[in-house]
Amino acid sequence: MSRRQLERGARPADLPGDDSGCTILHADMDAFYASVELRRNPDLKGKPVVVGHPGGRAVVLAATYEARAFGVHSAMPMAQAMRRCAGLVVVPPDHSAYGEASREVMAVFRDVTPEVEPLALDEAFIDVSGAIRRLGSPREIATQIRDRIAAEQRLPCSIGVASTKFVAKLASSHAKPDGLLVVPKESVLAFLHPLPIGALWGVGDKTEELLGRIGMRTIGDIAATPLSTLVHTVGKAAGTHLHALANGQDPRRVVPDEPDRSIGAEETFARDIADREGILRELLRLSERCAERLRASGQVGRTVAIKVRFSDFRTINRSRTLAQHTDVARMIYETAGQLYDALHIDGSPLRLVGVRVEGLARSAEMPEQLTLAGDAEEWRAAEQAVDRVSERFGHGVVRPATLVKRPPSE
Amino acid sequence: MRIRVERDAFADAVAWASRILPQKAALPVLSGLRIDAGGDAGPGVRLSGFDYEVSAQASLDVTVAEGGSVLVPGRLLAEITRSLPPSPIDLATDGTRVVVSCGSSRFTLPTLPLEEYPTLPDMPAVSGTVGTDAFAAAVAAVAVAAGRDDALPVLTGIRVEIDGEQMTLAATDRYRLAVRTLRWQPEEPSMQATALVPARTLAEAAKSLTSGAQLSLALSMGGTGEGLIGLAGGDRSTTSRLLDGEFPKYRSLLPETSTATASVDSGALTDAVRRVALVASRTSPIRLSFSAEGIELEAGGLDDAAATESLPAEFEGEALSIAFNPTYLLDGLGSLDSDAATLSFTGPTKPAVLTGKSNGDGGSDHKYLLMPVRLAS
Repeated sequence: MSRRQLERGARPADLPGDDSGCTILHADMDAFYASVELRRNPDLKGKPVVVGHPGGRAVVLAATYEARAFGVHSAMPMAQAMRRCAGLVVVPPDHSAYGEASREVMAVFRDVTPEVEPLALDEAFIDVSGAIRRLGSPREIATQIRDRIAAEQRLPCSIGVASTKFVAKLASSHAKPDGLLVVPKESVLAFLHPLPIGALWGVGDKTEELLGRIGMRTIGDIAATPLSTLVHTVGKAAGTHLHALANGQDPRRVVPDEPDRSIGAEETFARDIADREGILRELLRLSERCAERLRASGQVGRTVAIKVRFSDFRTINRSRTLAQHTDVARMIYETAGQLYDALHIDGSPLRLVGVRVEGLARSAEMPEQLTLAGDAEEWRAAEQAVDRVSERFGHGVVRPATLVKRPPSE
Repeated sequence: MRIRVERDAFADAVAWASRILPQKAALPVLSGLRIDAGGDAGPGVRLSGFDYEVSAQASLDVTVAEGGSVLVPGRLLAEITRSLPPSPIDLATDGTRVVVSCGSSRFTLPTLPLEEYPTLPDMPAVSGTVGTDAFAAAVAAVAVAAGRDDALPVLTGIRVEIDGEQMTLAATDRYRLAVRTLRWQPEEPSMQATALVPARTLAEAAKSLTSGAQLSLALSMGGTGEGLIGLAGGDRSTTSRLLDGEFPKYRSLLPETSTATASVDSGALTDAVRRVALVASRTSPIRLSFSAEGIELEAGGLDDAAATESLPAEFEGEALSIAFNPTYLLDGLGSLDSDAATLSFTGPTKPAVLTGKSNGDGGSDHKYLLMPVRLAS
C-alpha cells in the first residue's frame, strides 16, 4: 500500500447503514514481512522492527507499527530509519518465508470462495457474493477470515468491506492495524468526501498538484466539480475516471486468478495432536469436507495432497496423483492416510493438518473408469446419500462412525 | 582367484545377475556382484546378485586356475564386459582389487567387503516344472493387468494358484483382471498352493530364463519365515520374496452368463483401436457400438478432433454401445495368443470379457476382464 493512503484522519467509527450489497472485501496483511518475522521470533514483539538489509543504501521493506511510531516507514532508506529510531531491530528479509506465508493466506481466502484476485503477496480482493448463503453476511465472512488467519497463521490482517473495489481498498487502509471496516452503500460518499484527493486511485503527485492549483483538497471537492472542469485540468481519461471514483462509482469486478485450482480444508487444533489415530480421524473429517465441496461444485480431482505442521511451525507437504479422478471422501482419505503414514511421524505433536485435492476437472466432462469391485461407485452413492440428508437436516447429521463424538463415559 | 572366461557367455551372465542390482543401494555392499570360483561353486564360476527382495545367480563352466571369492561393483563390471572385444577375459584378484584383462584392455576394479555381504536365501525345494515358453507367455499376458501403484502392494502382484497339474495366474489393478490357466508338472500330483509374486519380478524372470526347455519352480510358503519363490532354468536361478496381503476374490467377478457376444479378428480390432484412439486424450475413452452390422468405433478429443471406423464382426445378442480406456483394451487384445478374439458383454456398465480362440492343447485358457468407462452424461 502506498504511504499516501495512510495519510488519513482518525480511525472512523462505525459508519451508518448495513453491509447488504457490500460483497467486495479487500484483505491486506499488516506489516506483512515484519509480521512473519515476529511470528518466527516472538521475542521481537512490542519492539520497533523493520525488515530490510542493514546498512548500505538498502531501504525498509516493512516496518512494525512500533517502528512507525518513530516515523519509520516502508521504502525509507535504512540509514535514515536507523537515525530516527535508536533501538531499531533490523531483520534481513527471507523472501521464501514470505512467499510460503502468502500462499497459506491466499488459501484461506480461496477456502471462502474461488473469487479471489491477489494484488500482491499480502493483499487480495475477494468477491463474497457466492458465499453469503453458506457463510453469512460480508461482515461475518470478513470476521471469519480475520479469525482464521489470526488462529492458523498467527498473522494480523485488516479487511475493508464495501460495494466497490476502490472503496474496499480504502476501507482496509482505514481499518489498520488489525481491524475491520465496513463501508455501507449509503455511507460511501460520507466516507469518501472528507478524504484527501491523494487517496483516490490514480492520483499521484503530478495530478494532485494540478488539482491543487484549482483549489481542490478533498475527494468531496472533486465530486462537486463539473466533469468539464476536471477534463480541462487533467485530461479526458483521468478526469472521467476521477469523477466516477469521487462519486463512489467503480465498475471493476473481481477477476479471480486461478493458476492452480484446488479444493482444500485444514484444521488447526486447539491442542497439538500426536497420536496416529487422532490424526487419521482429522484427515477423514477433512477428506469428507473436500469431497463434499467437490461434489457440491460438480468437480473431481486427481491429486491428493496433505499438509502437516509441527508445533515449531515446520511444515511438510506431500501429494500423490491417483489413477482416476475422484470426488469420493473414502478415496481421498485412503490416499491422505497413506501420505501421512509414509512420513513416519506417528507420535510427533502436530498443530495443523490439511487435505487438498488438486488437478480439478468438471465431473460432467470426465468419463468415469468403473472398477471391478465397484467400491468407488458404492462409496460415492453412500456419500451422495449423506449429501442429500445434510441438505435436508443440516450438516453433520450423518457422519462416519469414527467422527461421532462419544458421550463422556459414566 | 584367477579365472579365464569366454567373453560372450561371461558378459551375458554378468548382465543377467547384475540386472537386479539397485542404481543406488541402501547398503553399499548390495551394489556388488559376488563371484565365486571353485570350491562350493562347483567346477566353474558362480555369479550372484541380491537386494534382499530378489536374488539372481548364474553359473558358468570355466577353467579355474585359482579358486576364491570376490565382491565387485556389479553395474560397472556389467558395463565393462559388455564393451570388451571378443577375446577371452582374464579375472584375477590383486590385493584388494580385481584386474580384468581382455586383449590389450586392462581394468582395475575396487572390491567390496565380502564379509559384510548377506547370505543369499536358499533355493526352496523344487515343486515342479513348466514349459519355459508357455510360462513366459502366460506371465507376460497376465502381468499387463497388474497394478503399478506401490500404495496398493497387493495389486502389484501376480497371484499363482496351484491345483494339481493346473496352474492359474491372475492379476488385477481394479480396472481389469487377467486370468490364465496352464498345465505344469508338479512333483507332488495333488499339490495345492497359492502365492502372490511381485509382477515385475516374475515377468522379468520368466522372460529371461529361457535357456532351457523346462523351468523349475519352487515355492516355499515358509510357515515361520517369509514366503519365497524360486525359478531355475539352465544355468540360472532367481528367488523373490512373496508379497503379503489378501488378493481380491476374483473368481466371483467372472460373469457366468452374457447377453451379447462378438467374434472379431484381433489384429484388425487392435489396429482400428490404435487408429481411432489417436484423437482421444489421455483420459478420454473410445466408444464401441456392437450390432449385427459389426463394430463401429468412435472417439472424440477435447479439441474437436474425432475419428470413426467400422469393422466386420460376428455378433449375437442385444446390440450395445460401450466405452473403454483404449490402453486397457489394447493391453487385453495384446494378451490373447490367438488371431480370433471373442468379446462377451452383459451391459454397458458391466465388465466385458475378452477371450482368444481355444488353442486346442486343452491346457491353456485365458480371460481378460475389462471394466468399461461410464460416459459423462
